[in-house]
Amino acid sequence: MTLPEETITVPAVEMQDIVLRFPGVLANDHVNFTIYPGEIHALLGENGAGKSTLMNVLTGLYKPQSGEIRIHGKKVSFNSPRDAIAHGIGMVHQHFMLVENQTVTENVLIGLDTPRFTLNLKKYDQEISNLAEQFGIHIDPTAKIWQLSVGEQQRVEILKILYRGATILIMDEPTAVLAPQEADELIETLKEMAAQGKSIAFISHKLTEVQHVADKLTVLRRGRATAERMDLKDYTRESLASLMVGREVIFNLHKCEQTAGREVLRLEDVSALNNKNLPALRNVDLALHEGEILGIAGVAGNGQSELVEVITGLRPCAGRIWLEGKDIANKPPSFSIRQGLAHIPEDRIGVGSAPNLSLTSNIIMKRYDQQPVSQKWQLNYVAADSLADGLKTEYDIQAPNVHTHARKLSGGNLQKLILARELSSAPRMVVAMQPTRGLDVGAIESVQQLLLNQREQGCAILLVSEDLDELLSLSDRIAVMYEGQVVGVICSQDFDLTQIGLMMTGTLTQDLPENARVEETPTEGTPSSFDEVLDNLRNYEESAQAAQPGEIEPSSESAEPLEESPQPEPPTPPEEPPLNLTEKERVLRKVLGEKYKQGDEE
Amino acid sequence: MRIPYPVLLKRTEDTPKWLPVVTSVGAVLLAFIISGIVLAATGANPFKVYSYLYKASFGSWGAFSDVIVKATPLLLIGLGCSLAFRMRLWNIGAEGQFFVGAFMASAVVMVPLVNLDTTPRWAIISLMAVLGMLGGALFAFVPGILKAKLNINEIITTLMLNYVAVLWNNYWIFGKWSESGFQMTKTFPKSAWLPRLADYAKQVPAFSGMTLHVGILFGLFAAVIVYLIIYRSKWGYKITLIGDNRRAARYAGINITTNTILVFMVSGALAGLAGMTEVSGVVHRLQERISTSYGFSGVIVAWLAKLHPFAVIVVSILFGALLVASREIQPSGISFLIQGITLFLVISSDVLLKYEIKWVRPAQETAQ
Amino acid sequence: MNWIEIFRSGISTGTVLLIASIGEILTERAGIQNLGVEGMMLVGAMAGFKVAFTTGNVWLGLLAAIAAGGLLSLAHALVTIHFQADQTVSGLSLTFLGTGLALVLGDGLTGQTGPVIPRASIPLLSQIPYLGPVAFADHNLLVYFGYLLVPVVTYFINKTRPGLHLRAVGENPAAADTLGVNIYRTRYLYTFIGGCFAGLAGAAISVAIAPGWYSNLTVNGQGWIAVALVIFAHWNPWRAAMGGYLFGILRRFTLDLQGPRILFGLANPFFYNTNLVFFLQMTPYILTVIALIWGSSAARKKRIGAPAALGTPYQRGERGL
Repeated sequence: MTLPEETITVPAVEMQDIVLRFPGVLANDHVNFTIYPGEIHALLGENGAGKSTLMNVLTGLYKPQSGEIRIHGKKVSFNSPRDAIAHGIGMVHQHFMLVENQTVTENVLIGLDTPRFTLNLKKYDQEISNLAEQFGIHIDPTAKIWQLSVGEQQRVEILKILYRGATILIMDEPTAVLAPQEADELIETLKEMAAQGKSIAFISHKLTEVQHVADKLTVLRRGRATAERMDLKDYTRESLASLMVGREVIFNLHKCEQTAGREVLRLEDVSALNNKNLPALRNVDLALHEGEILGIAGVAGNGQSELVEVITGLRPCAGRIWLEGKDIANKPPSFSIRQGLAHIPEDRIGVGSAPNLSLTSNIIMKRYDQQPVSQKWQLNYVAADSLADGLKTEYDIQAPNVHTHARKLSGGNLQKLILARELSSAPRMVVAMQPTRGLDVGAIESVQQLLLNQREQGCAILLVSEDLDELLSLSDRIAVMYEGQVVGVICSQDFDLTQIGLMMTGTLTQDLPENARVEETPTEGTPSSFDEVLDNLRNYEESAQAAQPGEIEPSSESAEPLEESPQPEPPTPPEEPPLNLTEKERVLRKVLGEKYKQGDEE
Repeated sequence: MRIPYPVLLKRTEDTPKWLPVVTSVGAVLLAFIISGIVLAATGANPFKVYSYLYKASFGSWGAFSDVIVKATPLLLIGLGCSLAFRMRLWNIGAEGQFFVGAFMASAVVMVPLVNLDTTPRWAIISLMAVLGMLGGALFAFVPGILKAKLNINEIITTLMLNYVAVLWNNYWIFGKWSESGFQMTKTFPKSAWLPRLADYAKQVPAFSGMTLHVGILFGLFAAVIVYLIIYRSKWGYKITLIGDNRRAARYAGINITTNTILVFMVSGALAGLAGMTEVSGVVHRLQERISTSYGFSGVIVAWLAKLHPFAVIVVSILFGALLVASREIQPSGISFLIQGITLFLVISSDVLLKYEIKWVRPAQETAQ
Repeated sequence: MNWIEIFRSGISTGTVLLIASIGEILTERAGIQNLGVEGMMLVGAMAGFKVAFTTGNVWLGLLAAIAAGGLLSLAHALVTIHFQADQTVSGLSLTFLGTGLALVLGDGLTGQTGPVIPRASIPLLSQIPYLGPVAFADHNLLVYFGYLLVPVVTYFINKTRPGLHLRAVGENPAAADTLGVNIYRTRYLYTFIGGCFAGLAGAAISVAIAPGWYSNLTVNGQGWIAVALVIFAHWNPWRAAMGGYLFGILRRFTLDLQGPRILFGLANPFFYNTNLVFFLQMTPYILTVIALIWGSSAARKKRIGAPAALGTPYQRGERGL
């Protein structure tokens, strides 16, 4: 990629000495940020470093206390997002800003001055189709947002901005929700847009990705810029990391070698619906053993949340879920809690804690009914407080005292609180969903170490994460989910990013012979036989008939009678996917098929 | 946080303990001022009205006894509401539960369920109280189960059932139980009356004419029980947890369905008991107008007391005074008006507890 | 029984519910739940009657009712939008406030008679057999206004730019905000409009359908029924209209049930035992509960829900969005 001549071009964006203070936090401390037309400028930093805040200043959501913004050389002052839009600035937020039950076109038209009154949707559908084509984006403008995949929704967000004639695009961690191949595709689109003269600010905390996509780089740490408009080639990953974190980053995880023990959890033919009553899990079979971390990989929204909810009793399902020999499917959460199931939920504030209650009340959430906290009908608050105090010290939860409200804790401390509650009860099994998302590096390290400690103590851990690096470094096995199905299970010695990525987009198993998934292998459930599964997956293109082994069925040591787990029925054919899905598949296959071959040659 | 001009709100980290009390008292005072303005606009003299209000309620021991009598149902209903509201269940049906409680208590006498001549007084009264509570609880069970199982908006169901309860009562007092065509039952025999101070006028002459009855003791006892439930019991912990974060409670293995129904029933039982105290302690018969919107005032009492059971005692006495005084005052809606404005100001004043408010000119507006 | 009359008067009384619930639909579509409809209707009924009575001009009365309902709703808007108070409690206090205001200001109006909305028949349409006399003959003008209101509001919500913004604000205010839609202004506006409609619905009772001021019996729970209808109608004006008319017809039907000695060939129990009338009077309230159960289970099946942001105050995030 050729860089534009900076000397002769006026910068598209020039932010100078931006200062923005939130109560108690200096979010941006004299930050400068400049982008030239046709340039992709990465903004790198940890969570909470002030990246999003800085960009929200540029989109007019926040007004800085001091500092100057120039757009194409002209000084501007934004009072609302509207002003920023008028200057050609648009942002794709990390959490998509879409109205679920409106169509693509309607979403694009929100906030515009034309049409004046009557919406002539047909005419605008056409306009948006044309615009999408111009940038090589495939989308059906009449589709409702909830019918679209995450990747497609992101394209709607980009369309919204392009339709407004934006020349400056801000992408807030755009790849966080995408599979590696989808991310590559997005990056191609972004480069295409840059080539057409757009300026792109690319917020990220992933070092590799930044090196791959950006021309220039600015690094933020705790609101200050530690590098401004640097050429990427001057940096190594290590030096970037230390700019970001302020110290040498050593992922000092201690993961010991150990063989998995007996089976703790087994899912048999589990299916479930999501909140929209659409199939979210389809005939899932999984097994999990003592002292094992099973990672669940997948693009967000492919059934991971539903899987976790089904296991923890928060969602009804069909099929059977054995935990320590007891069927916990469709049992209330209290039942599985009694069986020693701990759950670290994805939504720490919305599910994992009671924000307006004290630390103590949050700690005793699952043991208010046990000695010594429980005393007949009474709750012993003295015992509860001392329990909470002990855990607060043990897990190093930073809070004034145990009467502090949970909502006043920082993200990392709240997660420690949840871990303290869940892990201190000596669980048999832990279900952890996105346990490190949104935490800073220090906290991530300690959370991951805590999970590994549990593994050492013989706990079975189901780890759902969208961070593949985390999965690769923690898991003993990784199961990949696509469209509610487990499309493959891979052992740690065979971890391969390309492979997992292909599975995440559903490319690898589409033509998988049906019996490959379900045929029972009467062998001992040693993980090594997964190699065969893997070989099968690798060779599926050459010979679809070559399938021999299937999903491992660990021997039924559990007390359950064999007739309870009958010969698996042939999987019910997946329901007819909606039209837009097949289109998507076609596109993905076309794009990824070639890549897959390239990857194979290497 | 940024809010479009001209105010800026900043979340406060710590709220001083005295602030809620100050804002509540301030809200009540302000409500009286605003109501005074409305009164003045209608041509009445607000000062006269208020001084009359005071005299009619706290002017003498007799008046004060009347106030306590009025405060009794408010206290019981307010306690029930505060329990339900803690779980964020909007039981606005106390009025209906009150009527059903009164009906069930009356049934003891009117059917009669026991021999009124031979059964001891304490047994009759206990039976009336138990049936009153049962009636209220069963009547609250309906919106409770609809909310718990089908997630039907409980505000609407409880309100609609209020009308049903009143009409149900009317059916009996206009028909079957009508006292020679009047829209009321016969007067209950003395053995079905709650003991009251006037009964002891022979021993203590000062008590003559005092209508204060034992019901207030029920109320105070219930306040202690509700206090123990909320602040000491495991059940109270569950209620609080569900109220603060329903999803977290579900995640923690708490059965929300059962607790929703239970809380509704306890809330209804307290309202039913209030209905029983009213027929057995005050009017001594079932008739059409046994409630001056106690059910609704109870909602305000609970909210004004910030759902604390002991604060409910104080607030219900204040509202009892308002009800006593406004009986004879014209125009008749004035107590509603004061209650409405008070509630509005109380919820508005909550913003002071959550945020510090800064006034700014739009030009100076900056991100907070 | 005179079926034509039952349907006629059902449509007439149903118009009140129709107007009030369409107002509430607009408010809720913007994400604000206003449970104070009963209070706003009472104030509207009082203001409408009082002004019509004192000035002798019924149209001034209507205007006053609209203004009164709208003004009262602004209290709810301020408290829930700016102060972020609980919308349920605020709506309840609005009911109290409205009832109190109406009773205080309406003092002395009871028993008076004032001007009423004129009646009219629609040429040609009123000649249609059955339908004509039921729907197009000799109705007060507000009934015809109701007919117009439904398609107009439906079109407005689904096919216009302000309607698009309204839906966006109620479904995902953060998304609308980033695109430059003013959330607070939109929510104030539609809360106000909802209040105006509630005021008008109140006046429809006191100066058209059941003229006069009967203190709080004037509205007698219809505001609450209107709120329930919104849920039953899945926030759709057409269904709200159907529900409103159906309620009106059932109400009138239960009244007329007491008339005849013989009902469906049997001795009419409601004629011979007048006390059974209380059970008939319960039916609208019980029907409301049943409609609510039915409506919400149907909504669940069809995956139609309340506007996603209904009842939640909007504020920009303290950090980021």
